[in-house]
Amino acid sequence: MSAAVGTQASTTASGITDAPKPRRFKGKEKRPGFLTYGLLIVFLVCSVYPLYWSVIMSTRTNADFGLDWPPLLPGGQFWKNLTTVLDSVPFWKALGNSVLISTIITISVVFFSTLAGYAFAKLRFKGRNGLMVFVIATLAVPTQLGIIPLFMLMRTWGWTGHIGSVIVPMLVTAFGVFFMRQYLVDVIPDELIEAARVDGASMFKTFWHVGVPAARPAMAILSLFTFMTAWTDFLWPLLVLNNTNPTLQTALSQLQSAHYVDYSVVLTGAVISTIPLLVLFVLAGKQLIAGIMQGAVKG
Amino acid sequence: MTSTMTPRENAGGETRPGPSRNAGQRQDRPTSSWRRRLSRFDTKVSPYAYVAPFFILFGLVGLFPLVYTLFVSLFKWNLLKGKGAFVGLGNYATVLTDHFFWNSLLNTASIFLLSAIPQLIAAVFIAAVLDQNIRAKTFWRMSVLLPYVVTPAAVALIFSNMFGEQYGLINTVLQHLGMDPIMWKHETLPSHIAIATMVNWRWTGYNALILLAAMQSVPRELHESAQIDGAGAFRRFISVTLPGIRPTMIFVIITATVGGLQIFVEPKMFDAATAGGAQRQFQTTVLYLWEMAFQRQNFGQASAIAWVLFFIIVGIGLINFLVSRSIGTAEAKVASRRKTRKAAIAAGQTPPPTPREIRQARKALKQGGRS
Repeated sequence: MSAAVGTQASTTASGITDAPKPRRFKGKEKRPGFLTYGLLIVFLVCSVYPLYWSVIMSTRTNADFGLDWPPLLPGGQFWKNLTTVLDSVPFWKALGNSVLISTIITISVVFFSTLAGYAFAKLRFKGRNGLMVFVIATLAVPTQLGIIPLFMLMRTWGWTGHIGSVIVPMLVTAFGVFFMRQYLVDVIPDELIEAARVDGASMFKTFWHVGVPAARPAMAILSLFTFMTAWTDFLWPLLVLNNTNPTLQTALSQLQSAHYVDYSVVLTGAVISTIPLLVLFVLAGKQLIAGIMQGAVKG
Repeated sequence: MTSTMTPRENAGGETRPGPSRNAGQRQDRPTSSWRRRLSRFDTKVSPYAYVAPFFILFGLVGLFPLVYTLFVSLFKWNLLKGKGAFVGLGNYATVLTDHFFWNSLLNTASIFLLSAIPQLIAAVFIAAVLDQNIRAKTFWRMSVLLPYVVTPAAVALIFSNMFGEQYGLINTVLQHLGMDPIMWKHETLPSHIAIATMVNWRWTGYNALILLAAMQSVPRELHESAQIDGAGAFRRFISVTLPGIRPTMIFVIITATVGGLQIFVEPKMFDAATAGGAQRQFQTTVLYLWEMAFQRQNFGQASAIAWVLFFIIVGIGLINFLVSRSIGTAEAKVASRRKTRKAAIAAGQTPPPTPREIRQARKALKQGGRS
């Protein structure tokens, strides 16, 4: 494997940032015709319509589900539905929990991944290759299947019901370490680290002033995806948290059980729980696309 | 790739105070020697300190629970009462003869296939449409990625309403088209289609973007030379684009497999009242695991389910890996043969024969022998 990495490094030299080479001369190539835009509009409708439909239904009464044709315009019931949602689940608490959990996990994953990725990419130590192989092997291991002992562990510690039990199991990921290592191996010249060391900087200072600045683009991408993963997690929070202290996702499940005949209320919950990530998408959509297209991101 | 640190270490070795002048040196510049020693200690220990947090935490919350699951699976073990009698492989025997377990495995496989195959085809198609010189690129890319930011729980709520049997959007439309409503939640195949639709809606655009990136890295010259040879757009797509994105497709398939075999939220929330349908018609394996552990409170048997599933996932991952590697080496062989030929032609020598030329020569020989 290391041979392959080596040749790749020598050809692309500066790493992920310029991996998708601009292969097209934009002026020369002809613009595609109506068919293409027609298809793009079809994709757009497929993406947007389910969400749009939910927004519309969240502003209407339950009786409107029986309408002959699905309505296209909003009604006036949104605030009433919202009140019902806020009365039946601790929505604000769930939102706060989700924000807190995802933020702490993101900071931890990004910090420890950068630290370990930097060591694997740029420092020499005995057992480095063996440990790296271990990290890669664990990428394919479904650790989620260890939930039963993890649950017993949390119960023994008395952490069930507290958000700590959701945070701790996700503080590090093998993927994060792998991702940062792949990025840093090409992006920092070894001479830079040596120069810093010769100038008398300690190892950690070198990491902080040479490694971290170089790693910043990859750290941003990793944060985005770690945050998303933590935010969408469902099974584990469902097990260890309870109805008075849920995350946004488990609160949705609660809402569904409480109002399984009141569809408009359930959809209101789904819609308002989507808003935070929608805001993130509008603000950082470009980075999200860039991250996915750099191909190194695992779903 | 890793050789550059050596010189500095050598330099450190040269300046290291020898045993003979050790005493004097130390008295002259005690701080300097101390600092050097500290620096050497720093160099030696820091890498381990940097990787240690990952390994310690991962071991504690990732690896240990997984291994301990194996231990639990060997006992009668209740959620509340705790560890019971040692039963050896008894739990595994029960699981493997359990009708519900096989049912859950079949459901998982069915939902997985119904999502993976259409998703891959659709993603390739969408990527091919996006891989043109379109206006407002970012806008269209964002539009296909939009479903990805809706969480699986919200997706499940939205679609389980759309697939509602009485007032659901889909059945309303079907009735307008003059068709009978479909019992999305009560019948097996329709429920699998509904759940697969949730997965597809959320992930197709995401995978399309990965494949788009792969398509853009296919060298432009390949397309151009194929065009010169008279290949049309469709032909070029089949013979140039598809082979070019195959490694990425394998990557997408592997990640889809690992995720798809652990599907939980969608079937869980497709019907809030049951664990995968009244007849377990859409109960997936992780859902069954959840039911076994936290509703029937049988931790022992649930752990056995977890390990069987673990083996299946790792096994499929391994097969994927071996298949993709053998494809990779075959491609590398062809590529290296082409390279040597090109090099020989460039150097003005006779190139080594291609496989086709060899075959033709053999054929000619055979025919010659016969006549």
